[in-house]
Amino acid sequence: MSVIFFLIGCSVFIALIFLVAFFWANKTGQHDDTYTPSIRILFDDEAEGEQGVGD
Amino acid sequence: MIVSKAIHCYHCGDAVSNTVYEADGHAFCCLGCQSVYQILSSNNMQQYYRYNHHPGKKKSDVSVHYEYLDDASITDKLIDFRNDEVIIATFYIPSIHCSSCVWLLEHLYKINPAIVVSQSDFLKKQVNITFRHTELTLRGLVELLVDIGYEPKITLQDVIKERRKFSQKGLIAKIAVAGFCFGNSMMLSFPEYFGMGAFEAHYAQFFGWMNLGFSLPVLLYSGKDYFRSAWQSIRRRELNLDVPLALGIAVLFIRTAWEVLAASGPGFADTLCGLVFFLLVGRWIQQRTYHHLSFERDYRSYFPVAVTRLGGEGSKPIPLADIQVGDRLLIRNNEIIPADAILLKGQAAVDFSFVTGESEPVQKILGEIIYAGGRQTGEAIELEVVKAVSQSYLTRLWNNEAFKPYERNFRTFSNTVSRYFTVVLLGIAFSAMIVWFIAGDAARAWGAFTAVLIIACPCALALSSPFTLSAALSIFDKNRFYIKNTTAIEQLATIDCLVFDKTGTISSPSASRMRFEGNLLPQELAMVVAACKNSNHPLSREVVKWATAPMAGFLPVGEYREIAGRGIEALVADCRVRVGNATFTDVSSVGGKGTRVYVSINDEVKGCFLVEQPWRENLGRVLDELATGRSLHLISGDNDKERTQLRGIFPRQADLLFNKLPIEKMEYIQSLQARKHRVCMLGDGLNDAGALKQANLGIAVSDDINNFSPGCDAILDGRSFVKLPRFFRFAKDAVRVIHMSFGISLTYNLVGLSFAVTGIMSPLFAAVLMPLSTVTIIGFTTIAIHLYAAKNQLIKRQ
Repeated sequence: MSVIFFLIGCSVFIALIFLVAFFWANKTGQHDDTYTPSIRILFDDEAEGEQGVGD
Repeated sequence: MIVSKAIHCYHCGDAVSNTVYEADGHAFCCLGCQSVYQILSSNNMQQYYRYNHHPGKKKSDVSVHYEYLDDASITDKLIDFRNDEVIIATFYIPSIHCSSCVWLLEHLYKINPAIVVSQSDFLKKQVNITFRHTELTLRGLVELLVDIGYEPKITLQDVIKERRKFSQKGLIAKIAVAGFCFGNSMMLSFPEYFGMGAFEAHYAQFFGWMNLGFSLPVLLYSGKDYFRSAWQSIRRRELNLDVPLALGIAVLFIRTAWEVLAASGPGFADTLCGLVFFLLVGRWIQQRTYHHLSFERDYRSYFPVAVTRLGGEGSKPIPLADIQVGDRLLIRNNEIIPADAILLKGQAAVDFSFVTGESEPVQKILGEIIYAGGRQTGEAIELEVVKAVSQSYLTRLWNNEAFKPYERNFRTFSNTVSRYFTVVLLGIAFSAMIVWFIAGDAARAWGAFTAVLIIACPCALALSSPFTLSAALSIFDKNRFYIKNTTAIEQLATIDCLVFDKTGTISSPSASRMRFEGNLLPQELAMVVAACKNSNHPLSREVVKWATAPMAGFLPVGEYREIAGRGIEALVADCRVRVGNATFTDVSSVGGKGTRVYVSINDEVKGCFLVEQPWRENLGRVLDELATGRSLHLISGDNDKERTQLRGIFPRQADLLFNKLPIEKMEYIQSLQARKHRVCMLGDGLNDAGALKQANLGIAVSDDINNFSPGCDAILDGRSFVKLPRFFRFAKDAVRVIHMSFGISLTYNLVGLSFAVTGIMSPLFAAVLMPLSTVTIIGFTTIAIHLYAAKNQLIKRQ
């Protein structure tokens, strides 16, 4: 049963990694703009090649 | 004759009345739209038109001069970063409105390879551009943006930089820490709640120590603001809600530490972490930010960054702050006069619409003083400054002591309640302790004392205001009524006196009505329309729209010329047609209200187009509804020509005041406040700025919320003016919801207290009661607010 100490240690450690990751994301401004990426993802890349052919 | 099927401009979507502008088979309404299209198509960027129909915005046909952007001392304030190679700058571009805009602004490198990267933020209407300044100057970049129809707004009071100061990042980090500790300590508390056998006791010890460890960062980092705020409020000798909260947090921690160290129990670490977590979430919800609005604007966001000074060595742009008395300034068409000055040269026709709300330009003669804040229309003029910018008539309004926003000691409901709450709570805690001491059970006395402070910790109470008001805020927001913060909603509910400005507030500048006074044959009208079609002036467009004569396109127009600020002249079907202001058309009698556009054909005055600003839709009904329980006042800077008309619209007991100076408007509000009225001011122009600040609640009415509006507590979109009575009713309902949720959370507290005073309270009980009451409050306030919103027809009933 003493394995539980090890497991709890692991779980807290992993949780800490996520906490640090969140801090990093927050600090680098990844939550500053949560709307524009949803627009940006709709732009199609292929159009550039299409234009090249069109000209 | 061609059957006129409505053709829309490929770029901006406006109706095309003239087929002159065309490219690649697409029709355009004006040269501006066509040139934007040509820039884009020559750079292979037609994709812009594929994401949305008519994504463009009509370019204002005003040429703005950006020479000042070549001056390093001015531009240093505008850019974010600079090294030997690149400059990074952020611009606020009000015309960002669709996905095409985002696409175009992020593909600027296709137009000019000197632009390394550009990233736009849709909600904030900003674009962040990195460019190589060896190949492209800042001025070149700004002019490129203007050319493609995305004119950045560059002002002294930089909206972007102001906003950066205010950041929620610290609070979010605190929530993250509290949430992390809450989750972990709850997991470690479960074994205790489900029961552990005697042989597992050493695990309980371990879990206790872990829990204590998790509660430390919550106490010292996440919850530290509550201790600070509680301490400040005690020093000011007033008890706010943070006092019992801080007390609860402290007692929770002390008792947890005590129980863990003495190995006498599991402690309350999970309750502590959960409490702080929920409280911080409530605080975060309350701090709602509007991305595209600013409530703190003053004259600096309206005035230009620089102005052209004429000197011995020619003209040179200088920053506004460097203007000195005696300087000679050059003000071009559509530039703003930054300081009180004397007219030295040129024809001045100054548009004071931002100041007074009146759109008709005022003619000035040589030697006359022109007050700062007006916008010159027409030719370039020269002025001599008589007062520095900060000392000018209008800017003084802001610097005037009396206009400083006074300490609004508005007491919110939760502040009022918390004073009594803390006293009662401490009373109960101490009496429970004393009773047990007298009974001779010291351990129980300590238990009861701490249990009372823990269980009665007003978590749900503290959350009911933020959750109710932020839900209300988003409902107001959906109805185009943008309120600065949650306190302003509570203010709104208490208003008993409304003061209206006239022009631009109860009259609508956008929905103008036009009629013709005089005699004009259909043939002559067609000639006028043919001439007006060549002009981009808003009034010319208005005339074309009004006339709707389809045959006009066939008349030949020659010798066309347009004199800015005066009128247009053309030879139509061998007749000299002049359309413009009184002096331009040689009309002697000028009188009456409203904007007038005179028409003369072959030097014979035919009459004039009269543009009237109509009152806002259903004004009478809105005022009648508002009048119940509130007194109404009208205060206007104009003369009292419209008194009789307004007398009929306003309820009988309303006061109507005319010919008031900006300072008198403010004093009037002060006098109402002295009579214990809680005053709400509705205004729009710079001349209302003082009154808006002085009033208990200042509402700026604006027909384009991206435009300038003076500093205020709320911005109302002109289209939602009709909803005003409903907004007031809904604010009252929101306060009612707060009262009800206070009732609910007090009930929870009473139930908890009845257990707590007995001195026996299991950690499980606290751990269940606290989140349960929180969830009840959040659920109740959200549902209740939406029901009330539906009742007031602010949202559609499901």
